[in-house]
Amino acid sequence: MTIDPNSINVILATDCGSTTTKSVFIERQPDGTFRQTQRGEAPTTVEEPFADVTIGVINAVTEIGEVAGRKLVDEDGRIIQPAGTDADGNPVGCDIYISTSSAGGGLQMMVGGVVKQMTAESAKRAALGAGAIVMDTIAANDGRKPHEQIQRIRELRPDMILLSGGTDGGDEKKVTEIAERIAPARPQPRFGSKFVMPVIFAGNKDARGSVDSAFDESIDLQCVDNLRPTLEEENLGPARDAIHDMFLEHVMAQAPGYDKLMGWTSAPIMPTPGAVGNILTTIAERQGKNALAVDIGGATTDVFSVFDGVFNRTVSANLGMSYSISNVVAEAGLDNVLRWVHLEGMDERELRNRVKNKMIRPTTIPQSREALVFEQAVAREALRLAYVQHKEFATTLKGVQQQRTVGDTFSQKISGTTIVDAMKLDLLVASGGVLSHAPRMSQTALMLVDAFEPEGFTTLAKDSIFMMPHLGVLASVHAEASEQVFTRDCLVVLGTCVAAAGDVKWGKPAFSWEMRGSQNAEGDLLGGQLKLVEMTPGETATVTVKPARGVDLGAGPGNPVAHEVTGGSVGLILDARGRPIALPEARDEARDVVEGWYRELNIIDEGDA
Amino acid sequence: MGQAYTPGLKVTTDTLLKQRRVLPLRGEVMVQANTTVGAQDVVARAELPGDIMPINMANRLSVPPGDVRSLLQVEKGMQINKGDVLAETKGIFGLMKSKVLSDNSGVVESISDTTGQLILRGPSTPVEVLAYLPGKVVEVLDGEGVVIENQVALIQGIFGIGGEAFGPICMATSSHEEALEPSHITDNMRGAIVVGGARVSHAAVQRAIEVGVAGIVAGGVDDADLKAMLGYDLGVAITGSERIGLTVVITEGFGEIAMSERTFRILQSREGRQASVNGATQIRAGVMRPEIVIPVGANDTADDADSQWEAGQLAIGRPLRVIRDPWFGRIGTVSSLPAEPAVLDSGSRTRVLEVDFGNGEKAIVPRANVELIEA
Repeated sequence: MTIDPNSINVILATDCGSTTTKSVFIERQPDGTFRQTQRGEAPTTVEEPFADVTIGVINAVTEIGEVAGRKLVDEDGRIIQPAGTDADGNPVGCDIYISTSSAGGGLQMMVGGVVKQMTAESAKRAALGAGAIVMDTIAANDGRKPHEQIQRIRELRPDMILLSGGTDGGDEKKVTEIAERIAPARPQPRFGSKFVMPVIFAGNKDARGSVDSAFDESIDLQCVDNLRPTLEEENLGPARDAIHDMFLEHVMAQAPGYDKLMGWTSAPIMPTPGAVGNILTTIAERQGKNALAVDIGGATTDVFSVFDGVFNRTVSANLGMSYSISNVVAEAGLDNVLRWVHLEGMDERELRNRVKNKMIRPTTIPQSREALVFEQAVAREALRLAYVQHKEFATTLKGVQQQRTVGDTFSQKISGTTIVDAMKLDLLVASGGVLSHAPRMSQTALMLVDAFEPEGFTTLAKDSIFMMPHLGVLASVHAEASEQVFTRDCLVVLGTCVAAAGDVKWGKPAFSWEMRGSQNAEGDLLGGQLKLVEMTPGETATVTVKPARGVDLGAGPGNPVAHEVTGGSVGLILDARGRPIALPEARDEARDVVEGWYRELNIIDEGDA
Repeated sequence: MGQAYTPGLKVTTDTLLKQRRVLPLRGEVMVQANTTVGAQDVVARAELPGDIMPINMANRLSVPPGDVRSLLQVEKGMQINKGDVLAETKGIFGLMKSKVLSDNSGVVESISDTTGQLILRGPSTPVEVLAYLPGKVVEVLDGEGVVIENQVALIQGIFGIGGEAFGPICMATSSHEEALEPSHITDNMRGAIVVGGARVSHAAVQRAIEVGVAGIVAGGVDDADLKAMLGYDLGVAITGSERIGLTVVITEGFGEIAMSERTFRILQSREGRQASVNGATQIRAGVMRPEIVIPVGANDTADDADSQWEAGQLAIGRPLRVIRDPWFGRIGTVSSLPAEPAVLDSGSRTRVLEVDFGNGEKAIVPRANVELIEA
């Protein structure tokens, strides 16, 4: 359906999560811009006894309607479209209604390819980008024997499978072999034993016939353009589109009430993480920025990034703050968690038991200050580990032959290097309970800086009500409205971080700074110091930094940089701790250093231990 | 009044329990509707398709994939025994032929002309589903399994390891506050469901495995003991498939924590009775808690102390358990339900309630940090 953006004034959007359905209401203002005006929420009703997602949607929408004084649902329980007025002249309805969904555990996929680092990795990128959870990646060289791979496929119950392999015109045999391993495993779809398993083939176009003949009627095969037509080229669009189509046809169509919901929406329902990717890509494109967003949940942490126009998403399963908190501590090590704790006297055995108790009772919240400090320390490690995984995954294409010239003799650049560059990062967005609901904004800001270690000038923000999914679908219908609401209502700007990388020596001069604009100030920072300059939201100033020799703030070691910065709920954070942030090895000394940083950022007050 | 944030664990002396017992794939149901089954009776059976063994015939014969079929001595659907000839080359002038023998037994599932692979499927393995809940079969799900129903005493734990186990209830400690140590485990506990009061140690579990105990129910466990029992640090609470030699059900949580007095009393009053226990725990995507199930007997007395409360409702006087530090594990009653959110020591603003711990001691606790004790 094509919608004329000019005819849209009133927008209703919902996100049907596993537990909560969130609705937002967006209206065109007299000055022509779009703003989010109301929001509501209600429990998701996919499970018994309701078994109809639209009940939760109607409840969440009704809540908005009541607050907004606008009837949005008619007597038959349907969303009123388009917007207008009733017989009494009262406003009713919306111009478009859009929705995302992650109910029922979201979209779960298995992917396959010939070479793990090449076609299989491209397939994984396509599936993750479409908003799926990738349960496993099967490849000819994944180290497992064929019967082990078949056993694994049999155990999984994915919603669909994406198979790739071979460049166009290249080898057909290897990819057919992978298909022949999937076929006898007879993978069972997660929902509905009567439905056939959807398989998308996005590999060597010449192998379509042999792949097709490997499968019988228990598989619904759809062939799309090769996602790696040549080694030098990745073409993920057709595979992503096919995943979205199959998601609607197979997964959504079987979830209770979704057939009805699909009939109501003005644009196709998107998997929630796919929509987040969409808004981030739209913003990065429209504003010419490199952006990174993180969503830390109880079970998993999603990291989304757009660098030089290339989008990547990773899902770190088992890095989360409740169900998976024990895994975070196990993976990071308790010592790494405790380096962020400034308090003395925490008993290790007691802490380990507390972590396990949070795992088995995931909905509890920290009551004491000590519990909060520890939880935020765990969050830093969860985010750091998720970011490491993201950097390892978001790389240039692997397996590409590089033509080298004499000028490249000393260049270490090889294929498969990460495209995530902390110095190039312009915008860092936080969402998810531990970040969104931190009692102080400065706690959120410092968790972001400590975990992601941005370099140079980076704007820090948070999506406090997790509106990015709604805006992601809106971007596909009305990109301008989506951008306006993203900038004005979705993001709570925390401030700007100016951080030194390179050869920062603790206790020695790192950089001097000068601020001119809404306020004038200047100073010097020694290596290891952190300084907060309060700048309220909307304030702007030009900050000029002059780094010491070997220290880099964006223009190369020792070179000065001037940059426009914006204020926020926290302000301007000047960070001379170097990269990576290294703490003194002695525990007592490290505790004092961390306490100093927390005091500077008002994370702890005067008088608090 | 208000709705509880965290649903309580069920601890009840008499409830109607329905259990759906189904096969992982279609098979045969072994019992009929309206019959009575014992806990360890087989109610459904299926054949799990055998393992798949791909054999690269093109490589083994040193011929192009397209030529494989003409050299095969077997065809799709044929039963093959280990050592049978799968294919034979033509040799040179009929001489120097080489044979490919099968390394395994199975049925030929497919032969590919593109890759030259022959797929052999091994013998199937039987899968049986036990009744688990002794009671009446109230519904037969054709080809899938059954639904069984019975009046039972049901105790849900908070966390467990190991799958289904069966045996008589055997009390090992004299009080709910006494920790379960190796000295409590005696040889006559073989095959029993052993109940200890407070924390169970790794040493006690090891002793129980030596004796042949079927399952252990205890109030708490230390993280370090759990790690020693499993041999690894558990990262995510999805359990049930561990094979440590017995099943463990923890009723309260991690650390030095006593079993709730009422849970201990219910189990104590049913000592010697047959119980079914399951340690399987899953806290994501459809919560599953470990449990102890004991069918109601003719002489059982109901312990309905808490049944006056509506499920999930927070109300003054309602018993609850605090599930987060600084009062983790303490049991008390709701003494006040302020409507306005309060600011915690952590700085968070949230809805709270006041708990009376019974000895004049009261505390303000976030509503998210309490769990109702459900009857």
